[in-house]
Amino acid sequence: MEGFLPPVHAAAWGLVSLPFLVMGARSVARVTREHPRAKLLLASAGAFAFVLSALKIPSVTGSCSHPTGTGLGAILFGPAVMAVLGAIVLLFQALLLAHGGLTTLGANIFSMAIAGPWVAYGVFRLARTLGGALALAVFLAAALGNLATYLVTSVQLALAFPDPVSGFLGAVTKFGSVFALTQIPLAIIEGLLTVLVVNLLIQFSRDDLDELAFAPGVVR
Amino acid sequence: MKRTNLLLLAAVVVIAVLPLILPLPGGLAEPFAGADAQAQAAITAANPDYQPWFRPLWEPPSGEIESLLFALQAALGAGLLGYYLGLRRGESQRRKSDADPARLDAQAVDARD
Repeated sequence: MEGFLPPVHAAAWGLVSLPFLVMGARSVARVTREHPRAKLLLASAGAFAFVLSALKIPSVTGSCSHPTGTGLGAILFGPAVMAVLGAIVLLFQALLLAHGGLTTLGANIFSMAIAGPWVAYGVFRLARTLGGALALAVFLAAALGNLATYLVTSVQLALAFPDPVSGFLGAVTKFGSVFALTQIPLAIIEGLLTVLVVNLLIQFSRDDLDELAFAPGVVR
Repeated sequence: MKRTNLLLLAAVVVIAVLPLILPLPGGLAEPFAGADAQAQAAITAANPDYQPWFRPLWEPPSGEIESLLFALQAALGAGLLGYYLGLRRGESQRRKSDADPARLDAQAVDARD
């Protein structure tokens, strides 16, 4: 999408994302200082996002898109760290794959590395507070975080390119039908894979989860 | 737990493969193109005057190189994730066998045989 966001929009999303990046960098520093044991898990959460955003998966709409993988790190470490980890993924794809883009980096960081993780984290906390089972909470968090990312992308494009006839809302529907609709099966896939990884963590890495006070008391 | 995980994986495979088997929605210029490309087409269709004002600094020179880099990205991520899970699995198994002297003895017998 390089060059497809007008300069003013590109700059504005960059400015909006900047404080989240600073906060994220601080959060990464705090996690590695306070929980040195969990450093490798933090890197693994980044690795999960790295894998999932490389996988372009076909969807029932007849187009392809990729999951984000940012929900896992958000529920383990809090949403702030994902701004940094997601930005690394986006930078890699912008520089080496001409995917995403440098001029759209700010907007993409906001949708994938900020909005998605915060929604995932919020959904996870809400589902757990309401007494939802861990697997259900993890699934909903990852799936809805993924959908939120692409809904935000649709809104970002609609703000830049409102429909000449139906205006902003018409454009949201238009871009939403391209992105969000395609994304529904992918969101389910991301939810299932995140549950799978959390299962493995509970099985093999209970100590790291205890270190982060994640899902205390849940054992396999 | 292993059964649950296998079922999860099976469900992922089914959801990913199903779109390839189901009939395609009509009116597609190019089946299974990227959603990004479709959004760009929608932008230029509604705003014919819009010119992208920036080009990627570098583009993979061919589809082959592009798939190489995507595969590399997935491999790096999966490699690190697999390393982490393998490391922790080994640690937890060692601890289990340390805590279980009978099993340790059995291992010693195995080793002698």
